[in-house]
Amino acid sequence: MCVTCGCGTTEGAKLSLHKNSAGQAPNAPHQHVHADGTRFTHIHLPADDPHEHLHADGTRHSHAPALDLLSVPGRDAHTMHLETQILGKNQLIAERNRSWLTERGILALNIVSSPGSGKTTLLERTLIDLKDELKIGVVEGDQATSNDAERIRATGVPAVQINTGTGCHLEADMLERAIALLKPEAGSLLIIENVGNLVCPALFDLGERAKVVIFSVTEGEDKPLKYPHMFGAAEVMLLSKIDLQPYVRFDVQKAISNALKVNPALKVFPVSSYSGEGLEAWYGWLRGELQNGLARPPPQASLAHAAA
Amino acid sequence: MHELSITRNVVAIVCERAAGQRVTRVRLAIGKLSAVMPEAIRFCFGICAEGTPLAAATLQIDEIPGRGRCTACQGEVELKELVGRCPDCGAAGLTLIAGQEMLIREFEFAEKETEPCA
Repeated sequence: MCVTCGCGTTEGAKLSLHKNSAGQAPNAPHQHVHADGTRFTHIHLPADDPHEHLHADGTRHSHAPALDLLSVPGRDAHTMHLETQILGKNQLIAERNRSWLTERGILALNIVSSPGSGKTTLLERTLIDLKDELKIGVVEGDQATSNDAERIRATGVPAVQINTGTGCHLEADMLERAIALLKPEAGSLLIIENVGNLVCPALFDLGERAKVVIFSVTEGEDKPLKYPHMFGAAEVMLLSKIDLQPYVRFDVQKAISNALKVNPALKVFPVSSYSGEGLEAWYGWLRGELQNGLARPPPQASLAHAAA
Repeated sequence: MHELSITRNVVAIVCERAAGQRVTRVRLAIGKLSAVMPEAIRFCFGICAEGTPLAAATLQIDEIPGRGRCTACQGEVELKELVGRCPDCGAAGLTLIAGQEMLIREFEFAEKETEPCA
């Protein structure tokens, strides 16, 4: 498989242009454009002309001698211009996951936070409260152990554990494998609990419908300002452990205003997994999003695929 | 440490495109607001490139400054961080237009067969 974009084919690139254009200075770097859009720049030694050579992609082509040879620096340098997204492959798999999930009306949420913000506890409470009403599946990401998946399974909801080992975040191909194992039902809620980390998961799209960031009152009010990538990428913020607020020096309004500074469109729900405070508003958002997902027409790409 | 993951992607992509030929230089563009540290990429590059056709390649990183456009006055401003106000009109709505790049711009290779990618 191609590592640049994750596509399955490695069809050979074809040369569409391989002569110096008229008027170009002899031995100046000359450029080729391949059929796949790749540009090559070459500098040739005069002694090389005429010659055939092999491109990095395995394409062979020959050159006519230059018309007017001059001495050139003694090198034969080849530059391949890519302008390729480093995380392009992850993005492609994420889009594939997204269209698979969207066309089945599955609401996939990527839950992110610092370690210890109460992600798994909040998730357990949500599952216990909603499992009789909604179809739910859970993907648990942690560096090690299957403790969290076991906690989720104890609620009666199916869960798949992904251990990232040295990795500090989930990537799209991990979700792809988890989906294959979990086989979420159409119209279900798929909750992905990412590795506890406020930096890396912001950069790796999994194909989710939205990121939900959990921020607890035992953290600092300035956390959104310290980790603006994550709070900027999220659509929802659950301000958790709100029952502990009387015992900690945490200014709720200041925390929310910091979060909105980073992301003015953020939807904020203050909640407590223990007292149940604020959970109805969070559940209301989940129900609404599930209904919107079912009402939404399938993506164009999948329609084209079905027709073919 | 997402830089390790990112650097592995860089080596894998260049390795595939170079098809076994010795790579002498790799040029990246990393935005200053991308949450990726060029120093960490350099550190990981040496490790990830070992035993591949990129083993002897030099790494060049173009750091792209952050730029935003003010949604109120439409002015373009330099951004040092993701959160900010327009220095000209004071509005809070800034749209990021540069600074989050993570690209492999190009690489240079010598026409010489070497071992395939690891």
